[in-house]
Amino acid sequence: MKGYFAKRLGYMLITLFVIVSITFFLMQLLPGTPFTDPEKLSEQQLELMNEKYGLNQPVAIQYVNYVRSLVTGDLGISYQYEGRSVNEILSERIGPSALIGFQALVFGALAGLALGIISALHHNSFLDYGSVTIAVLGMSIPSFVFAALMQYFIGVKLGWLPAALWQGYEYTIMPSLALSVTVIATVARFIRTEMLEVLGQDYILTARAKGISEKAVVFRHIVRNAIIPVVTMLGPLAVAIMTGTLVIEKIFSVPGLGEQFTKSVLVNDYSVIMGVTLMYSALFIGVVFIVDILYGVIDPRISIKGEHKL
Amino acid sequence: MSLPKQEITKDLFVHAPLESGKSEELPGTPVTFWSEAWRRLKKNRGAFLGLITIILFSVMALIGPFLTENSYMDQDLALSNLPPKAAGLEWLGFDGSDVNGIDQYAARGINESFWFGTDEFGRDLWTRVWKATQISLFIAIIAALLDLIIGVVYGGISAFYGGRVDNVMQRIIEVLIGIPNLIVIILFILILEPGITSIILAMVITGWVGMARVVRGQILQLKGQEYILAARTLGTSNSKLIWRHLVPNVMGSIIITLMFTIPTAIFFEAFLSFIGLGLQPPLASLGVLIEDGYKSMRFFSYKLIFPAIVISVIMISFNLLGDGLRDALDPKMRK
Amino acid sequence: MEDTILKIDNLHVSFKTHNDGETKAVRGVSFELKKGETLAIVGESGSGKSVTAKSLMRLLPKQNSMIKDGQVFYEGKDLLKYSIKEMQKIRGSEISMVFQDPMTSLNPTMTIGKQIMEGLRKHQAFRKKELFKKAADLLELVGIPSPMERMKDYPHQFSGGMRQRVVIAMALACNPKVLLADEPTTALDVTIQAQILDLMKDLQKKTGTAIIIITHDLGVVASMAQRVAVMYAGEIIETGTVDEIFYEPKHPYTCGLLLSMPKLHAARSTKLIPIPGIPPDLGQLPEGCPFAARCPYVMKVCHSFSPSKTEVSETHSVSCWLEDERAPQVEWIDGAGGSIDERKRKVD
Repeated sequence: MKGYFAKRLGYMLITLFVIVSITFFLMQLLPGTPFTDPEKLSEQQLELMNEKYGLNQPVAIQYVNYVRSLVTGDLGISYQYEGRSVNEILSERIGPSALIGFQALVFGALAGLALGIISALHHNSFLDYGSVTIAVLGMSIPSFVFAALMQYFIGVKLGWLPAALWQGYEYTIMPSLALSVTVIATVARFIRTEMLEVLGQDYILTARAKGISEKAVVFRHIVRNAIIPVVTMLGPLAVAIMTGTLVIEKIFSVPGLGEQFTKSVLVNDYSVIMGVTLMYSALFIGVVFIVDILYGVIDPRISIKGEHKL
Repeated sequence: MSLPKQEITKDLFVHAPLESGKSEELPGTPVTFWSEAWRRLKKNRGAFLGLITIILFSVMALIGPFLTENSYMDQDLALSNLPPKAAGLEWLGFDGSDVNGIDQYAARGINESFWFGTDEFGRDLWTRVWKATQISLFIAIIAALLDLIIGVVYGGISAFYGGRVDNVMQRIIEVLIGIPNLIVIILFILILEPGITSIILAMVITGWVGMARVVRGQILQLKGQEYILAARTLGTSNSKLIWRHLVPNVMGSIIITLMFTIPTAIFFEAFLSFIGLGLQPPLASLGVLIEDGYKSMRFFSYKLIFPAIVISVIMISFNLLGDGLRDALDPKMRK
Repeated sequence: MEDTILKIDNLHVSFKTHNDGETKAVRGVSFELKKGETLAIVGESGSGKSVTAKSLMRLLPKQNSMIKDGQVFYEGKDLLKYSIKEMQKIRGSEISMVFQDPMTSLNPTMTIGKQIMEGLRKHQAFRKKELFKKAADLLELVGIPSPMERMKDYPHQFSGGMRQRVVIAMALACNPKVLLADEPTTALDVTIQAQILDLMKDLQKKTGTAIIIITHDLGVVASMAQRVAVMYAGEIIETGTVDEIFYEPKHPYTCGLLLSMPKLHAARSTKLIPIPGIPPDLGQLPEGCPFAARCPYVMKVCHSFSPSKTEVSETHSVSCWLEDERAPQVEWIDGAGGSIDERKRKVD
């Protein structure tokens, strides 16, 4: 267990380091610097700015400096917002993203579970076809198309919920719902397949042969075994939610990380782009790591040893 | 048993074996892998519908822009922001009236009908939507094919050589898979300047990893199968082994992966365009049109709705077909 | 008869196939089980043995299978007319079942203690402490060392033989009157097989449970059963006591089964004789006797008419045209009768 833990941890750090490096060197290749606006800045001003932000030093030194400050948790300062640190901007922005992300995950997982379970228990019935249809639609329709249509119909046409902005709890509902669509569809499909597989297992027959009630068979034996592998979906779901925040926060004007990122991309605010990138990557890698460890804990079949493979 | 005994006469009690060999015959006719897969696919209504829709939309993407006389890039401000109008479809809302119920065609004295309406520069949306579909499909298919080539080569080498080579190649993949591909795609687009080529390249840079894993996994699994060993023991040649056993089995997984790569690529292209990193005007992709439509959806909702429907239908069709193919090609499920 | 505990009468079970066809898996099976006895159902795979057993417990999947006809009398009441709720009371407490593969027949994510207690709790009102004690006793009964500690273990921490012991403990938890054992030793190593069979015999002596053992292994039959029913293509084609089936088989199929069975002590020169061909497709059965295509003694009549049941003795009956008075007398090929006789002695 310890060896395995260390190994996964090692991978996690290597991956993170690779991401930091890739991000940094890709940034160096970017066309233009944040200060290449000749109308606003004189040559001298530019020089000063470059000096101030360390942009005139050799790339290698910039890289070492960057990594060094990263290790201490310092993400640098924004090029766009005078005198503001990236840490400051991100910590301001993380709240709304975390809130809608969390709501989307919880609601999506619960709704997906319910759909998937109903679907599998009524295999090949109209309930099943209905759930499968919902799942296929949820998987297929891009989240921003869904979000845009939702904003238009629910927010603008019907006026049931505020169409955009961030001024209270009701403003979180539509972004969360829009984000949760992918989650619902993914979880529903996954749990349905798992349930159908478990349903065909011998131990379900054994359980029935014991004479326990159908409810006990379904919940104690079928659902329990089908739910465990859902944990492995957390990684892909985290990615789906992060991807979603980039566009959905833009659509609903949510002041979160995603909205900041799309803004920063358009003005070449490198340090913020890198900060968000690293944050998302770290989050994703962290989720995968936790899932990996968690899976070993909740599934008694898997005794974590060195040879365990992903 | 049910018949009365008198019908059974004494002369029936003579030895009467069947012609030899008949008892050894297998019931039912043997079916080949591909014809069985095709049969199963045809039976899957969703997948078949998906296939037909994809063909239909692909054809429309090719000929759609030529069905009207307008070009996708010609601007004419006199024709700007016209709502959709199509003769015979007025009852469906194609009556040329705007949000206030005013028939813009009559008000502005325009005789021509624009089926999907026009954008703020007076460009015909029907032409633009199909041109955009063409470009989106092109980007997706090329990206998926490049994924396929790189993935098959990488996965094949990794699985074929095994040992140290495999080990190193897999460690690389394990690191790559830990990187959220969206981030890499965005950064690459920033460097490469938005355009068809850069979008394809950016998607391929991360996209091949999935295919490589599938191919490697399949080949390794097959290498370990006893029937492969049995075939070898019986002296089957390497080429026959590859064509008879390896290709049909790996092909299934490759086709399935490909079918899921295409909608993912369509999604990413649209996604990038939506956050402003997509194609530049006058080129149009579905993402670009959705972004344009989104900006003005309050008053000109048709600008959003048509491209949104097209992209959704294409995505649904590919997903349905992918699901159907997975069921049809997965030999484990053959009954 | 008073000591009959289970009586199956004219059972028909069909499965729907994917192209709306029908596979007749069980076609008019009838047999009786007496209190405390062991009946073996023998046949090739696909002959309908397992389906018969699962129908008795009403455990067949609802979507694609149906019991078309017949009755299953347990202590005089027809189980096929029971509601699901009533059936649940029978399952596990009156009739239990042990499945073929112990590697897959235990829930992998539940401790074995919980799995044993689950049935106990349902059928017998025990307190929690007593429940635990009773479950541990059961584990001890089936020969699992340090049962108290092992209660908290998961199935994957047990070997195949140990798991089958656990499965048997679960099945016997509520002292059922009938135990259906569906190939209980097929998935196990030979040495373990003997242990499990001994355990079952031993437990039967203690509890007086009647056992239906389903197997394709005639060795298992010889060591376990008093009576045998031979199934072929969904029908019982011959039934009798173990002695009758082993010494005086009447049906060519039974004879073929005996000839194809290897025996440890048989002379080296004794050849194994396989039965040629394969069983018929149950979706499109030919007319007449289902074994006709493979039968070395087949007659014209066999291709068009189903044979009726002939009583050879009070306990022995067979469905074969050879038993008809008009049929010619046949000598078993290769002197089968004699060698079987010899083998049976060796088996004991």
